[in-house]
Amino acid sequence: MSSRESPLLSLRQIRKSFGPTEVLHGIDLDIYAGEVVALLGENGAGKSTVSNVIAGTIAPSSGEMTWMGEPYAPANPRAAIDTGLGLIHQELHLLEHLSIAENVFVGRWPKRFGCVDRAHMERQAQAQLERLGLEISPSRLVRGLSTANQQLIEIAKALALDAKLLILDEPTASLGGAETELLFDQIEQLKADGVGIIYISHRLEEIKKISDRVVVMRDGDKVQEFDSGNVPVRTIVESMVGRSLDRMFPAIPHPSEECSFEVKNLTSALGMFEQVSFEVNKGEIFGIAGLVGAGRTELVRAMTGADPIKSGSIKLFGKDITPKTPQDSIRHGVVMVPEDRKLQGLIVDHSIADNVAYANFPAISRNGFLNHNMVNDFANTTTTRFGVKGQTFQRADELSGGNQQKVILAKWLAKDPKVVILDEPTRGIDVGARSSIYESIVALAEKGISVIVVSSDLEEVLGISNRVMVMAQGRMTGVLERGAANDVSVMELATR
Amino acid sequence: MAAETNNRSRGVLSSLGNILSGTTGPLIGLLLLVVYLSFATDTFFTVRNFLNILDQITVLGILAIGMTFVILIGGIDLAVGSILALCIMVMGHLAKEAGLPMWLAISVGLTVAGLAGGISGTLIAYFRVPAFIATLAMMSAARGLANMVTDGHQIISFPAWFNLMALIRHGGYITTTVAVMFVVFVVCWIYLRFTSGGRSLYAIGGNEEVARLAGINVKRHTVGVYVVSGVLAGLAGIMLGARLDSVQPSAGFTYELDAIAAVVIGGTSLSGGTGGLTGTAIGVLIIGVLRNGLNLLGVSPFTQQVVIGVVIAAAVAAEAFKKKK
Repeated sequence: MSSRESPLLSLRQIRKSFGPTEVLHGIDLDIYAGEVVALLGENGAGKSTVSNVIAGTIAPSSGEMTWMGEPYAPANPRAAIDTGLGLIHQELHLLEHLSIAENVFVGRWPKRFGCVDRAHMERQAQAQLERLGLEISPSRLVRGLSTANQQLIEIAKALALDAKLLILDEPTASLGGAETELLFDQIEQLKADGVGIIYISHRLEEIKKISDRVVVMRDGDKVQEFDSGNVPVRTIVESMVGRSLDRMFPAIPHPSEECSFEVKNLTSALGMFEQVSFEVNKGEIFGIAGLVGAGRTELVRAMTGADPIKSGSIKLFGKDITPKTPQDSIRHGVVMVPEDRKLQGLIVDHSIADNVAYANFPAISRNGFLNHNMVNDFANTTTTRFGVKGQTFQRADELSGGNQQKVILAKWLAKDPKVVILDEPTRGIDVGARSSIYESIVALAEKGISVIVVSSDLEEVLGISNRVMVMAQGRMTGVLERGAANDVSVMELATR
Repeated sequence: MAAETNNRSRGVLSSLGNILSGTTGPLIGLLLLVVYLSFATDTFFTVRNFLNILDQITVLGILAIGMTFVILIGGIDLAVGSILALCIMVMGHLAKEAGLPMWLAISVGLTVAGLAGGISGTLIAYFRVPAFIATLAMMSAARGLANMVTDGHQIISFPAWFNLMALIRHGGYITTTVAVMFVVFVVCWIYLRFTSGGRSLYAIGGNEEVARLAGINVKRHTVGVYVVSGVLAGLAGIMLGARLDSVQPSAGFTYELDAIAAVVIGGTSLSGGTGGLTGTAIGVLIIGVLRNGLNLLGVSPFTQQVVIGVVIAAAVAAEAFKKKK
C-alpha cells in the first residue's frame, strides 16, 4: 500500500512545545491521494495539534513537512488554504449574522468589477449545499439554524475550497444518522476525486465504515498504525488508552425502594415540552433518552430553575420544591451539570479553585468572608476526591475535557446534593476518561443520591441506568426498566 | 529561628506576589515614571508633592473604584460624571436653599446618586438594556437634572468645615478627603478579595450563565454594583465640592472616561472577570503622577492629553501582547 505513488503530504519528526511542555514528540505521518486516514486518540493525545500544524494554525517547534514532494511550511491558515488544504474545525466558526453563501465563501468572495458577485456566490453555494442534501436557501442567515445544519455548512465551506487534502475534526459530532450518511457519500466521492482526507472522530463505529487506514495517537506520540479501517473497536480503544479494557460500564447498584424525586405534569413556559411526569428513587440512576430536539435538555434545565416552568410541580421527599431560579433548586440539593462545559459549566479562563468555589461560597466562607487559602483548601479536598488531574491554580482551559467534567462534578458534589442531574456527561470526552465518569456516577448512586443522566449516546444511557425514560417531540413516550431497555425498544419510543 | 523568619518572609513575599499578580506591567510603568520624574525635576520627589498628588487623585480614585466593580462584571458606567454633578447639586441646593444641615444634605445627595445608579442597574439587569446604552441614557438624564436644580448656576460657600476637609492635613500629612478615599479603597479591596459577594462578581464577569447556574443571584449583584458605582460617584463629587468649596452642574464632565482609563491601565479586562483594585490603584497613580509630572515639566495641557492617550493605548497593547505570549 505504501509502495504506490508518493504521498500528498508527509510529516517527519514534527515536534511542538508550548512553553516547557512538549505536546508532540516527533510525529511521522503520510497521507496519500484518495484515502481516508482516521486519526484517533484520547483528548489531549495531540490530534488537534497535528491538524493545526498541518493547517498552518500553529507552527511546529521542529521537524519537516513536504507537500507533493515540495517542502511545506505554511506561515498561516491562509497559506495552507492556498496550497490546497481545508480544515473543518470541531467547534463551529460561522458568522451568524451573515448569509449561508457568505459564510461558505468568507474571505474568498467571488468578485466582479471589484464588487462581490452575489448571484454567482449563491449559485456556487447552492451547489455545495445540494451535495450535502441540504435544502436551504443560501441567502438565508445562519442565525437560527440547527447545530446539525450549521455543521453541514461548515463542511460545505471546506468542500467549496476544492482542496486536495481535507481535515475533518469531529464532523459528525452533532449530525443525525441520515446527515451522517450523506456526509459519508460525499467522502466517498471526494476519495474517488483523489482527495486525501484526515478524519478525526470519537465515534469508532464510523471509522470502521469509512477509513482506509487508522493512526492512533497517545500523549503526543503516534502509538500504532493499522493498514485497514476494519479493526475491532476494542483493539482501537485499547491502543488509545494504552491498557486493556475489562468493561466499559461499572456494575450499577440497586436503588432503594424509597422515592426521592418526583416530577409531576411539568410543562415548559417556552413550549419545549409538556406534561412530563416521573419519579426517581433514592440511589437510582435514571436515564433520559431521545433524539436531538426531543426536549431533554430543556426539561432538565426547567427542573433546576434555569428555564421557566408554565405548570406542574417538582417534589423532593414529598415536599414541593418547584424552583423559580437555579438558587431555589440548589438550596434544596438538586443540582445540574449542564450540557455545554465551556458555555455553562466552567469559566474557562479562571482557575480550577475559583470554578469550584463559585457554587460553594456558603460552605467555604465564614460569615461571608473567605480568602485564597480557604478557597484553595476547599478545591483541593474536592478535586482530589474526584481524581482531577491538575493543580487547583491552573486555568480550567488547561485541562482535558474529561478533567474539566470532573471539576464540574466536584463543584456540585461538594454540596452533598440529594439529586444530581447530568446533561450529556461524556460529550466530547474520550473513552478512557469516560469510564471514570461512569464510576463517579455509580459512586453517587451508592451514596443514596438520585442521579438523572441525559444522553444522546444510546449505549451510555442503557449501560448506566436502572431505568430509562424516552422523550420524543417534547413528550414523554415511555419509561423502560433496565431489563426491557435495549436500542430497539428505546428507538421505537424515541421516534414515536 | 532564622529559618522561621525566612519562612515567614517568604510567605509575605508570596502573598504580595499574589496581590500584585497581573499588575506587574503597570507597576513597572509607574515605577519607571517616578524614577524618570525624580531625575527630570527638582520638585517631584518631595513629600509635599506626593501629598499634592494624593489630593489631586482623590476624585478620580473614588470614581475608579466604583468603575472597577462595574467593569469586573463585564459592564460599563458612562453616567458617573453626571451622577457626580447631580449629587452635589442636590446637596448644594438642600444645604443653601432649603437650609438643611450639611450632613443631611450630603446623605440625601448620596441617596439620589445611589438611586440613579440603581435605575441604570435595573435597566441592565431586568430590562436587558445593554450597559453602554442604559448608562449613556443616565449620563444625559442626570446631567440635565443637575442643571435643572439651579438652572445651570453654581452654588458657593458652605460651612467652613466642609472646605477644610480638603485643606487641613491631619498630623501634617493626610486630609480628610484623602482619608475617605483610602477607607473606601480598603473596604472595597477587602470586599472584592475576601467575601463571597466580591468573588461572585468575578464569576458574573467571567461567564454570566455559569454564575447563574451556580446559584449566584446575577440580577441582584448587577443592580448592587451600579448602585455602588452611583454612590461612589456622588461621594467623589462631595470630595470635589469640598476641595473647590463650590458646586456647579458642569462638574465631573468626562470624568467617566478618566475612570475607565485608570481601570483599564490597571489591567482590569473590559470583557470582565479579571483584574481588581490593586491594578486600579496603580492605574489611578499612573494618571495622577503623569499629570502632576507633566505640569512640573511645564508641558501644555494639550500635549498632556496626547501623552495620556498614548499611555492608555500602550498599557492595553502591552497587556494584550503579554497575554498572547
